[in-house]
Amino acid sequence: MALRTPLYDQHLAAGAKMVDFGGWEMPINYGSQLEEHHQVRRAVGMFDVSHMTVVDVTGSEAQAYLQHLLANDVARLKTPGKALYSGMLNEQGGVIDDLIVYLAADGYRVVVNAATREKDLAWMNQQADAYAVTLTERSELAMIAVQGPQALELVKSVVRDDRAALISDLKPFQGLPSGDWFIGRTGYTGEDGLEIMLPAEQSADFWQALVGAGCKPCGLGARDTLRLEAGMNLYGSDMDESISPLAANMAWTIAWEPAERDFIGRQALEAQKAAGDQPKLVGLVLEERAVLRGHQKVIVDGVGEGEITSGTFSPTLGYSIALARVPRATGSSAQVEIRGKRLDVRVVKPSFVRNGQSVIE
Amino acid sequence: MSNIPAELRYAASHEWTRLEADGTVTVGITDHAQDLLGDVVFVECPEVGREVAAGEECAVVESVKAASDIYAPISGEVVAVNDALADSPELVNSAPYGDAWFFKIKPSDASELDKLMDAAAYGASI
Repeated sequence: MALRTPLYDQHLAAGAKMVDFGGWEMPINYGSQLEEHHQVRRAVGMFDVSHMTVVDVTGSEAQAYLQHLLANDVARLKTPGKALYSGMLNEQGGVIDDLIVYLAADGYRVVVNAATREKDLAWMNQQADAYAVTLTERSELAMIAVQGPQALELVKSVVRDDRAALISDLKPFQGLPSGDWFIGRTGYTGEDGLEIMLPAEQSADFWQALVGAGCKPCGLGARDTLRLEAGMNLYGSDMDESISPLAANMAWTIAWEPAERDFIGRQALEAQKAAGDQPKLVGLVLEERAVLRGHQKVIVDGVGEGEITSGTFSPTLGYSIALARVPRATGSSAQVEIRGKRLDVRVVKPSFVRNGQSVIE
Repeated sequence: MSNIPAELRYAASHEWTRLEADGTVTVGITDHAQDLLGDVVFVECPEVGREVAAGEECAVVESVKAASDIYAPISGEVVAVNDALADSPELVNSAPYGDAWFFKIKPSDASELDKLMDAAAYGASI
């Protein structure tokens, strides 16, 4: 039996095409993925992300626990509600999952991926044994991401005054509670926006209020093209348990200091760093009439070979872009093999669009 | 529900064919196929003059989601391709049986058309 979010009926009523996503029945689009993509870049769109897993970490050793569990250092979170992106690694330095952790009044709130929920919770519980912490999965919460240049104003127009005031004060990458809601200025599209966690039984009314204010529902299809344009990793495609964060453009999420902080995977990462032998994740740009796709071979003359980890047609740019794992010595050009033909691609920083504009150098 | 015009004939790989008055056969992809593909962003047609065999890969449709091969439903020579698809690939989504035809074949064996499905059989197959 496939899992359904509290907004399942809203999706059907809006004409969604539903697909299986990690055991969840989720909308892939509501008609046109391209239109939904443009809607978010140009105005505002919303996504049901209730399938993601929210875990509250409380207890006297919550900080020490997360400092051991995560490659990034939660001690960096000093302002209430501030969020941090981190990899959760295994002992070999592979990425078990990527997640966002917020500093909460009585501990931390962690949001992990939907498809990896069970193994994440098992790992987190296993590591928790040595600490005075309590992990509480908040499966009674729904989660709606409202994204786009008009997102904040639109949400403010449909919520009560104190929540609108809270949204006005939220800094990027900060999330704060408001009664039984939690509102974060975060997202996965490269646009300004909010991720709102609220009791499941209130979610359909809130969703309808957003629709009434002109917010268009968008599916997982647009979510993928948006995040890829923004150069954001997708777990399972761009990294997994066999991939080091050093090979997944996540070096910036590893807090090496303080040196005595012993996080899981640290030893392995230090050895990899010293050896300098990890591949790197780059962006590829193909301006010809073809589309880069995951698993296509990347050939770098005189250097070696790599592989596309995520590729798509970029609706904003009008040509194809990709993330690819290639040898560290790769320069500014490469070739990709598509249906037996080798096409020239530009190698760029793995970020393509921010706030509606191209950021390709 | 997919639109399946009664006057066309269909391949199991979701191409439609229409026998024209001049004896050539126009080929496109069905409404069902475009719906499965989602938003089409590129179409690569065969070259005019190419000899194709029934069932041979001869074009590619790239949608936002995936790349799909298009097969020649019958054997013959490609005598025309639809240049409009180069600039307006989205026609495949909006007019799969009209402006978004892919190519025309001069059949080498017109009886191959009889092996294709009629609308009822195609409708039952999807």
